[in-house]
Amino acid sequence: MRRRILIGAGLLFVAVGVYVALHGRGRIVRGPTAQQHSIAPDFSLPQLNGQFLQLSAYRGKVVLLDFWATWCTPCREEIPHLVELQNKYRDRGLEIIGVSMDDSPDPVREFYQRFQMNYPVVMGNADIGERYGGVLGLPIAFIIDRDGRIYAKHIGATEASVLEQDVRTVLASQ
Amino acid sequence: MISKRTRRIALAVLISALSAAVFLGQALGQATSIPSSHLINPEDLVKILQATQGEKPLMLQVGSYVLYAQAHIPGSEYVGPVTSEAGMQQLHRQVDSLPKKKFIVLYCGCCPWTHCPNVKPADDALRAMGFTNVKVLYIASNFGADWVEKGYPVAKGQ
Repeated sequence: MRRRILIGAGLLFVAVGVYVALHGRGRIVRGPTAQQHSIAPDFSLPQLNGQFLQLSAYRGKVVLLDFWATWCTPCREEIPHLVELQNKYRDRGLEIIGVSMDDSPDPVREFYQRFQMNYPVVMGNADIGERYGGVLGLPIAFIIDRDGRIYAKHIGATEASVLEQDVRTVLASQ
Repeated sequence: MISKRTRRIALAVLISALSAAVFLGQALGQATSIPSSHLINPEDLVKILQATQGEKPLMLQVGSYVLYAQAHIPGSEYVGPVTSEAGMQQLHRQVDSLPKKKFIVLYCGCCPWTHCPNVKPADDALRAMGFTNVKVLYIASNFGADWVEKGYPVAKGQ
């Protein structure tokens, strides 16, 4: 009987292990390669409502700049956490800005409504990707401090708690 | 009467089954379920591209245009994310007139391999159309880390 329990537990362990492996987390880059302490490149890009959003208008706020796409599975998984993060820290000065790397705004508008996103989303392009060091994989999130400097770059799917910790650190530091 | 031990075993098996179901659900339709015989590694593709002899593949990028415009394999053609109907139609259009033995390499690199939603449907579609010499470029993390940063040939723009 004990053997069966061990086999069952073993199967569970393997299944969970494989599942976790398949959902590998991303990496955080700090220091020079993350362009840390460099000023985040300014941009003016169209939002889903057609109005342009300028990053430099957010000086004085902590900005979480999230490069994502509707067809990117880990990006989609992160959105509800970002919505929650925006709700939780808006009053303390957090502003999340999504930069969609979709080819067209139509699926983004639909996604925005369906997931009840509560922060602005702009349509990205190759130029903005290159100015941020090449957005050649999604998602990529930058944490930008109140002076517009890049604090951290998160490449790939990132635990919500890791993003939140960075946000809290930057909010508290200024 | 069901013993306590039996209940424990049943619970362990149930949780295992649920975990396996979640795992399989995620894997189906994703790159991880592509047979290894369909894959080609970046270094092997580079060797083929740099060789003076041998058939050169038609390379199709099935990710987003914004990613393609930043960096793509020289000579590769943009198709778009085949998870959309428009992308799938475009894929069909680009290969429709080709011989079924044509050497085709599909790639994306939008996301880690375990999460790429595009290459598996594209591979399935080409095989369903009768193409017999299709390979999928295995990109473990993303196109930036596994191709550009390795110094392999890159082109930008359209």
